[in-house]
Amino acid sequence: MDADERPPGVLLRGLRKAYPSPAGPIEAVRDLDLAIEIGETVALLGPNGAGKSTTLDLLLGLQQPDAGTARVLALEPRVAVAAGRVGAMLQTGGLLRDLTVAELLAMIASLYPAPRAVGETLALTGLEDLAHRRTQKLSGGQAQRVRLAVALVGDPELLVLDEPTVGMDVEARREFWATVRALAAAGRTILFATHYLQEADAFADRVVLLAHGRVVADGSPSEVKSRVGLRTIRATLPGVPGVRLEALAGVTRAERRGDTIELSCTDSDAAIRALLAELPAARDIEITGAVLEEAFLHLTSEDAPERVA
Amino acid sequence: MSRAGYVRYELLRTVRNRRLLAFSLGFPLVLYFAIAAPNRGVGDLGGSGISAPVYFMAGLATFGAMNAVLGAGGRIAAERSLGWNRLLRLTPLDARTYFQAKLVTAYALALVTIGLLYVAGAALGVRLGAGSWVAMTGLMLVGLIPFAGLAVLIGHLVGSDAVGPAIGGTTALLAFLGGVWFPITGGVLHAIAEALPSYWLVQASRVGTGGDGWSATGWIVVAAWSVGTALAAGAAYRRDTAREHA
Repeated sequence: MDADERPPGVLLRGLRKAYPSPAGPIEAVRDLDLAIEIGETVALLGPNGAGKSTTLDLLLGLQQPDAGTARVLALEPRVAVAAGRVGAMLQTGGLLRDLTVAELLAMIASLYPAPRAVGETLALTGLEDLAHRRTQKLSGGQAQRVRLAVALVGDPELLVLDEPTVGMDVEARREFWATVRALAAAGRTILFATHYLQEADAFADRVVLLAHGRVVADGSPSEVKSRVGLRTIRATLPGVPGVRLEALAGVTRAERRGDTIELSCTDSDAAIRALLAELPAARDIEITGAVLEEAFLHLTSEDAPERVA
Repeated sequence: MSRAGYVRYELLRTVRNRRLLAFSLGFPLVLYFAIAAPNRGVGDLGGSGISAPVYFMAGLATFGAMNAVLGAGGRIAAERSLGWNRLLRLTPLDARTYFQAKLVTAYALALVTIGLLYVAGAALGVRLGAGSWVAMTGLMLVGLIPFAGLAVLIGHLVGSDAVGPAIGGTTALLAFLGGVWFPITGGVLHAIAEALPSYWLVQASRVGTGGDGWSATGWIVVAAWSVGTALAAGAAYRRDTAREHA
């Protein structure tokens, strides 16, 4: 088989899922298409309610779509999971008590056809010192690392992480991403949902932005940022109200921090001309490309949530 | 997949749970000494033709075994509320191995409980032949099958906040109506008792002490309850694992 014809790691086609609500069904996922190649590291971004968790549930086979298909490694999600080819770390869930960390990992490893050695898994997740600690005696951050180890011990080809670093301190987060990077380098396919945009920017090959159950942007972090075409103008300018700044040509949003103003611009050339013409007191002017957060806000605030009639 | 490996760790964590062991194994023992010891001289309890130490040894072995097996339901409910079952659904664990691990653990606890009651009975002067001990134990293990089904059913049907009363109530009711606490000899109560698995579990525990074991009715009742609870448990498990927004 030609390398180009390899089946994608994840393939979602026309996926739909609605939940009942008193005001009529709410579509969590609306006609979602997504293909992830084997070996890619992809970040799934979106505000709360964008459909991230539902999308992950559908591709893991925890829920069935109302319409469309989900394929993982060219298999039905449940089949891929039963074959031990998928590892997942979900947002919620405690650990089974009365076992040590090493024993819990051995218990889970026993379910997989070709698991990673427990010792290797402990080393990979920095848990060697905690191998003999009972799971009920772990701190929150330690338990989070054990949950990653549980997802890794089966040596899965596809790793799905839902908000994996929530509750971790800076150091734990750094170590966590070092582990994930090593896995990505070893050719694993990784899909993670996060609301820490700098994590997506730093660790993903590709960013998929969801809003209202659809993909609204898909590309490398720099592509997504440039697609939006946003730039930021910063200047020192005391005493001018925000409303006046937002009225300037090319400016979409103005923020003030003390004497410093920050203007998000769709057309920074027009904006800087307008700023200097109308408010010549502005000084210390800086123009920078958008950070992912601005692209995110811009792309996800365009249309309001809709209900199915 | 190593099914034995998974079951072994399930067993290991049950043995490590000291409070579970203390209550599960200790309770029937304490009750036995509290009830049977003051009455150890009673040779014919309530017209049953059986001495008090033998009667209550059998009754409390039944009660303890029932408790031990139904306790699996409490552990299932607790693991469900922990989100552990959702995590297991993202592994290759199949339903068979899952149930096997739960049942092996429940039966292991039941066997130890029964064994401890035998030792306590012997301490109060109960003397039986080796064949009798084996026969009553064997029949009791068969009679526990409906309780295993009931445990899985309750564990997957009831939340962890309600599982205590659900199992406690079920155990108390079945123990009372099955004749664990005093002989049920006639009337409507006897007719009800004969339709319950707990009654036949009590009869099983009397095989070694002059009981007749199970009549055809007994086998039919136990078989019907086994099939019924197993089907209901399977349905509850499937419903639970298929539930959305879990």
